[in-house]
Amino acid sequence: MSSAVAEPELAAQFDATVRRKDRIEPRDWMPDAYRKTVVRQVAQHAHSEIIGMQPEGQWIGRAPSLRRKAILLAKVQDEAGHGLYLYSATETLGVSRDELTEMLISGRQKYSSIFNYPALSYADVGTIGWLVDGAAICNQVPLCRTSFGPYGRAMIRICKEESFHQRQGFELLMTMMRGTDEQRAMVQESVNRFWWPALMMFGPPDDASPNTEQSMAWGIKTHTNDELRQRFVDMSVPQAKALGVTFPDPDLKWNEERQAHDFGQPDWDEFWDVVKGNGPCNAQRIAHRKQACDDGAWVREAAMAFAEKQKVATA
Amino acid sequence: MPEIHTHEADEHDSAYAGLLVNDAHWAFGTDFEDPLAGVDTTVPEGIDAHELATYCLRLGDDALILSQRLSEWCSRAPDLEEDIALANVALDLLGQARLLLARAAAADPSLVPALPEGSPVPPEDALAFFRDDREFRNACLVELPNGDFAETVGRILVFATYRLSLFQRLTSHPDAVLRAVAAKGVKELTYHRDFAGRWFLTLARGSDESRRRLEAGLARTWAYRHELGEDDEAELVLEQVLATSGIAAPDVRPISTGGRHTEHLSRLLAEMQVVARQHPMGVW
Amino acid sequence: MSDEVRGEWPLYEVFVRGKRGLNHVHVGSLHAPDDAMAVRHARDVYTRRNEGVSIWVVRSDAITASSPDEKDPLFAPSGDKVYRHPTFYEIPDNVPHM
Repeated sequence: MSSAVAEPELAAQFDATVRRKDRIEPRDWMPDAYRKTVVRQVAQHAHSEIIGMQPEGQWIGRAPSLRRKAILLAKVQDEAGHGLYLYSATETLGVSRDELTEMLISGRQKYSSIFNYPALSYADVGTIGWLVDGAAICNQVPLCRTSFGPYGRAMIRICKEESFHQRQGFELLMTMMRGTDEQRAMVQESVNRFWWPALMMFGPPDDASPNTEQSMAWGIKTHTNDELRQRFVDMSVPQAKALGVTFPDPDLKWNEERQAHDFGQPDWDEFWDVVKGNGPCNAQRIAHRKQACDDGAWVREAAMAFAEKQKVATA
Repeated sequence: MPEIHTHEADEHDSAYAGLLVNDAHWAFGTDFEDPLAGVDTTVPEGIDAHELATYCLRLGDDALILSQRLSEWCSRAPDLEEDIALANVALDLLGQARLLLARAAAADPSLVPALPEGSPVPPEDALAFFRDDREFRNACLVELPNGDFAETVGRILVFATYRLSLFQRLTSHPDAVLRAVAAKGVKELTYHRDFAGRWFLTLARGSDESRRRLEAGLARTWAYRHELGEDDEAELVLEQVLATSGIAAPDVRPISTGGRHTEHLSRLLAEMQVVARQHPMGVW
Repeated sequence: MSDEVRGEWPLYEVFVRGKRGLNHVHVGSLHAPDDAMAVRHARDVYTRRNEGVSIWVVRSDAITASSPDEKDPLFAPSGDKVYRHPTFYEIPDNVPHM
């Protein structure tokens, strides 16, 4: 039996590991606050994938071509997979999927507010792919290098699939823009609704984001909210141009000096309102998830009972 | 789009090195384009093109409607693993439907509903989205509402067992396209039957509640299975699954449908077709 | 085990051999009620049913692990399990600050 090592020494080792951008693995010593932050962030990310299945998922049944139906079903299925990988990452820290699902349903853990907005037309499937998944990619690509090993490994798989998601969204919108006037109007209307919520996906401005500094010191986050938001805007403007749509922001323009776009601020009061549960779909999304959980309880229990009986039979 | 920086690890470190290439099952590598692109669709000598087309339409409609039903499970399954599994089954059936509807349209274009002059809607979509309920040729079994997970499992078991048996025979059909569809389908349906069979056994022997639900669900679908055709081989397989599970075949007489659909189909189609029909000149 | 009472399926680790000649490599984990179902789930989730791929699954709690670091204070007595943190165990909701 080896002797216990004093906590300060462990903390120093932990800090050194993070500083040299090496990964923290589940069985390493880590500060409790780091563990909690990882669990909170990964869980929130996992919940977002699972809740994010709903706005698009309800359009699978109404997809206007068989090809689009296949693409959308495969995409929403991927999201279930992403949620699963991410829940697995938290399980390496001993927090089970059931516990996290319970925290989601009881409102103690959050998910991305974007999914509390409704998907109102088939163009939204494209816009969610282009802008929402695009914003998610901006957030997520740096996370492939996040300090917690299982999270980073899950993110590598997820990012590969997300880039397909963004491409299919953009391609749907491009195709629709080549279609009828009604289709073009659908696309613009959809982009108008999603632009501001997409900008909100990066979280509050840096001066109102209390956790960012510590998360960056720990290598859990690698860029600030405002940095990523700027990157997303700069990336999206030429894409919108190629598509032939506009963003509903009169302040959006190129700043030669900064070599970046200036843009207006989203309505942060609305943001906080939605985060606090007053978005158009908050209650509906949670009720849907709870229903699925409750309806499936007897199946999960029956499968466990069957497994137990098998064990007895072969013992 | 930002680059994804990952370690270019030695391929021995990455189980996915060989997996991520050319794998049609991966969403980001899946080719969703024209299902029959590059395939010779000439109807072989001695085969009645109209008969072949209506036959393919029937098989395609079965797959399409069941796929539509199964995709309703998306985000509602008992657990994430089952959500993914059911989506896989739905995707396979949707793939079969596309091939079969495209085959039907190519064999007999007169079956494809007329659309406004210049409509860009491809034939497979014209068949899926612009026919009315009475023109659909699927069995009632696939249009019934999902019910609970047990009922869905029972229905997939019955459907996949019958269809697998049929597709095994179709692998020697004189039409090369249908033969190819069947050969691909055999692998998929084997998996569907396996998935459903395993869950059937699990629910039968799991808890009192799961057994009760399984029996109730099976009774509802059992009475509709005759529409799938006479097939002793399929019946034998089902008998074996039931026997292994300790479930008696439901004592129900075949429902006399009079060759008509149930009330459920038109509602299912109303949802499925709503966007496509609003945009007969639309491209997607 | 407490999770069986709640009906939560146990966790499995999944190892995939991408092609012949390579080792099985850990790709992730999933939940399943038993070994047979775990293999099925692994095919669905991690290979989308690529054929000709070999999959291993093993219950996570059956894995014995070495300590990542000789100085690990928990090397013993519980350092030999993949899961060692207190939150692996059931804690009632009404216990604060857990």
